[in-house]
Amino acid sequence: METMMNIKVFGQLEDIMQANEIAVEAVDDTEVLFQLLFEKYPALKEKKFKIAVNKKMIEEKTMLKPDDEIALLPPFSGG
Amino acid sequence: MNENFLQERYQRQIILKGFGEKAQQSLLQAKVLVVGAGGLGCPVLQYLTAAGVGKIGIVDGDVVSVSNLHRQVLFDESDIGKYKVAIALNKLKLMNGATDIEVYPYYLDTNICLEIISSYDVVVDCTDNFSSRYLINDACVLKQKPLVFAAVSGFEGQVAVFNCMIAEKKVSGNYRDLFPIQPNDGEVLNCAEAGVLGILPGIIGSMQASEAIKIIAGIGKPLINQLLTFNALNNETTIFTYNQNVESTVVKSEDDFYRMNYDASCETVNNPFEIDVAAFDKMIVQKETIIDVRELYELPVANEFAHIKIPLVQLTNSLNKLPEGKIIFFCQSGMRSMQAATMAAEYFADGKRFFSLQGGILAWKKMHKTQLS
Repeated sequence: METMMNIKVFGQLEDIMQANEIAVEAVDDTEVLFQLLFEKYPALKEKKFKIAVNKKMIEEKTMLKPDDEIALLPPFSGG
Repeated sequence: MNENFLQERYQRQIILKGFGEKAQQSLLQAKVLVVGAGGLGCPVLQYLTAAGVGKIGIVDGDVVSVSNLHRQVLFDESDIGKYKVAIALNKLKLMNGATDIEVYPYYLDTNICLEIISSYDVVVDCTDNFSSRYLINDACVLKQKPLVFAAVSGFEGQVAVFNCMIAEKKVSGNYRDLFPIQPNDGEVLNCAEAGVLGILPGIIGSMQASEAIKIIAGIGKPLINQLLTFNALNNETTIFTYNQNVESTVVKSEDDFYRMNYDASCETVNNPFEIDVAAFDKMIVQKETIIDVRELYELPVANEFAHIKIPLVQLTNSLNKLPEGKIIFFCQSGMRSMQAATMAAEYFADGKRFFSLQGGILAWKKMHKTQLS
């Protein structure tokens, strides 16, 4: 069976993913992950968000392991 | 107010181990500016007033409306149509007569923001839109004021503390380290559009007040270089860390600040920098310099024409390295490239040689796909 990795989805990105947690096939790094996510969820390309790996928000290409905790965080504006 | 009354009033927190008279004195002397007297602002104002903060400034140009009442707990039915700051002033004065309250019944803009912020020690961002949030953030960075940030969406909230002194001459991260580029106000739905559970800003605003008190009193571990997220549906609370990124500083001087247009909306009609796809294609043929200002990972890749990549956040540091001649910026949908063109034009004081592709690479791809088929 294919190894999967879980991704937590925050805020209004949930509307795109239709879930607050999704599972995708495990990939090696964040760049491949972005490609995969943009393919699966084209609307995501239009959104501003940050990716966190093991609760650390990252800027640069980062290697991933299937059990890494991945989260997609968009900015909120409401108050 | 006599000494005994003060002593008794704050006795329950003064007796706390690690708090004491000293922390209470810090609160009594503190000046806090609360921007926004809405869902987040109400609990922040109530708890800061109750805690004994010496001076509180309240900025909000809005009046109370009936749809505010489910979450803005300082207001009641008889307040509908009245200025929020006026009602807040009256109610907070009743709560704590010793607190000096100053109200600003208008919205912050670049003209007045720095001056108002200058006379406070800590700023609490309780606004409901990105224009205000980036305006306040950049102003606090310039004036080196600690900023307690919070925002809500649906059932979720975010809390963070920015611009704290963490070592000599070393200030902690700010909102632009988290989210460098201001989204358009229409891009992410606000409470009015997406809805919000009434209690949520109550919880998140209370956390915000708690962070403000911690900073002032010098206790505990405020959310410095951290972002806390909370989900009211499952009570999941997560603390994320982030890195400070010098390149994320967009506003480096007061001059930069006054030049910023935080209200820039998606409206791009009649902008002098914009060119359409046809004009852009001519520039490709003429081999002009084309720059992609999107983040490196963003798709689609523009492999149909030669270009260089400088993400917008890095552009300020690369302006002096830009080549001569015409330069055309593009991004995903034309917003960031517009910012880039404006920035470059200002830097070189030359409005004629910088351009922005209208509608971005998406518009370009769409046009060419249509022509092919």
